[in-house]
Amino acid sequence: MKILVGYKRVVDYNVRIQVKPDGTGVVTDGVKLSANPFDDIALEEALRLREKGVAEEVIVVGIGPADLTAHLRNGLAMGANRAIHVQTADAVSPLTAARTFLKLIEKEQPGLVILGKQAIDDDANQTGQMLAGLWDRPQATFASKVEIAGGKATVTREVDAGLETIEADLPAVITTDLRLNEPRFIKLPDIMKAKAKPIDVIELASLGVDAADHIKTTHYAAPPKRSKGVMVKDAAELVAALKQKGLL
Amino acid sequence: MSKILVIAEHLDGKLNGATARAVSAASAAKPEAIDVIVLSDAPDSIAAEAAQIDGVRKVLTVARAENAHALAAVLAPQIARAAAGYTHVFAPSTTFGKDLAPRVAALLGVSQVSDVMTVEGSHSFKRPIYAGNAIVTVEVDAASTVVATIRTASWPAAASNGSAPVEALSVDAALPSHTRFVNLQQGKSDRPDLQGAPKVVSGGRGVGSKENFEIIYKFADKIGAAVGASRAAVDAGYVPNEMQVGQTGKIIAPELYIAVGISGAIQHLTGIKDAGTIVAINKDGEAPIFEIADIGLVGDLFKILPELEAAIGQ
Ligand SMILES: Cc1cc2nc3c(=O)[nH]c(=O)nc-3n(C[C@H](O)[C@H](O)[C@H](O)COP(=O)(O)OP(=O)(O)OC[C@H]3O[C@@H](n4cnc5c(N)ncnc54)[C@H](O)[C@@H]3O)c2cc1C
Ligand SMILES: Nc1ncnc2c1ncn2[C@@H]1O[C@H](COP(=O)(O)O)[C@@H](O)[C@H]1O
Repeated sequence: MKILVGYKRVVDYNVRIQVKPDGTGVVTDGVKLSANPFDDIALEEALRLREKGVAEEVIVVGIGPADLTAHLRNGLAMGANRAIHVQTADAVSPLTAARTFLKLIEKEQPGLVILGKQAIDDDANQTGQMLAGLWDRPQATFASKVEIAGGKATVTREVDAGLETIEADLPAVITTDLRLNEPRFIKLPDIMKAKAKPIDVIELASLGVDAADHIKTTHYAAPPKRSKGVMVKDAAELVAALKQKGLL
Repeated sequence: MSKILVIAEHLDGKLNGATARAVSAASAAKPEAIDVIVLSDAPDSIAAEAAQIDGVRKVLTVARAENAHALAAVLAPQIARAAAGYTHVFAPSTTFGKDLAPRVAALLGVSQVSDVMTVEGSHSFKRPIYAGNAIVTVEVDAASTVVATIRTASWPAAASNGSAPVEALSVDAALPSHTRFVNLQQGKSDRPDLQGAPKVVSGGRGVGSKENFEIIYKFADKIGAAVGASRAAVDAGYVPNEMQVGQTGKIIAPELYIAVGISGAIQHLTGIKDAGTIVAINKDGEAPIFEIADIGLVGDLFKILPELEAAIGQ
């Protein structure tokens, strides 16, 4: 079985995001970029399934600009067999990403597609569900435990009420939650080895994907700031302050 | 004019309060009509609750055995069918809505607006990106169906004085059997629900252990609060996952939020930005949580919480 893994490059989660004063975007120049944390988890899960003998091949997929190569090499260094770089200079909406994954699925026929539950830049939380809908296959979102056996996936999902377990026939789409696993670190020799692994580059335009985006972002703003409050010196003062506000 | 279909969330035969919040957001778009759709194996009691939400024109029920559990793969094709004639489809931005709405959007061939914070016009919305560190205004093409999830912490629940009619709907959609419900392990608690509670006390890694968390429960019970936690506390196994507050947990807006032994990482603060009053108790005076807390108290939580209980009295 092949596993396709979404491997999006985003602004690193430790960076403090600044909105440009003119409201046209956020500052990304010179800012550290990393793999979406949920996608590192997706790749880790795929690698573990390969190590267990459930899968033979793990393919990382990135949809984005020409300079994505170094990022995809990280995925190869972590252990993916090969990478597909779908190249486009335009912003990629979740619907476009889902349609693109569907084209790759037609070509690669994977048994499983693992994506992050959300990209921490757009925080959309849509691509996996959209892909499963377009593909007409099961979706198991927000996964915190995955078991594959007998042509089906048994997945534990983190939902508001607790932990839900569902069963999905393969092929299926799984999206990862943070507690699914802890991604391995990339080792130096693996970076060297990754240089020899193949990266297929495909132009998004050549896939025949409808990339029209009917949602436009017209303005970016910084969130309203909460101002620093007061410090109290002990429990009695805190209780008094809360009583004064009518909160106790 | 707009017509908005709101997807009802429910569990164990009860309507989830998030539904009435999604109706509030729908009202803000000033539509001609708001209808609520209930998909269930036994929708009657849920529909009766939904019918009381102010602003609802009618409640549509789709009763099918396959709808016994909220599986997106099963519900989405039915909602996509039912959406014909509506300009908007709204769902709450809970794990239920996040799982389901994008699948509906894909079937309708549109993108989705996730986590609507404000409605600027029938096709214009504000939503957070980068864990709430930027707020964007988005415009949806007038010609395409608007599929959106509603950030529940941004909206009050619409009141329940209504009495809308309930109509059974039969949708002719082939439903897949490739996805099956196995079980749901629910945290059982007599405490108020984290997502709707006016007061929340959360504990972090500073609490130190599952046993120590008793001190948080005890204090919360004293003031009638729900209990939450940071991701670090969940990961360390002090409490179950459904208690996590933050970017990847629950986004809440209580009147009072008390963070105990929580440092205040961006991903945690995302979940509490809309709280009325934030109180931080931390032994490290430099902890980032104090940057945003309305009231801060530096000290050891194991000493302060008993003192607070004593000071509150009775
Ligand atoms: C993609 C992503 C998503 C994330 N999502 C979330 C999320 O949804 N929610 C979330 O919470 N985190 C989330 N995190 C994790 C987040 O970055 C932090 O690691 C986490 O919030 C830290 O939890 P904490 O404050 O409990 O622990 P710590 O940062 O370790 O802080 C513990 C605090 O307790 C204090 N303390 C210790 N002992 C005592 C004592 N006796 N009395 C008083 N104070 C004491 C310490 O001074 C310290 O400030 C996410 C991270 C990533 C990468
Ligand atoms: N441009 C992209 N390249 C690779 N993977 C993507 C891309 N966009 C979305 N994905 C995948 O879809 C997941 C969810 O993204 P989103 O729906 O944007 O929150 C991500 O974690 C990735 O796994």
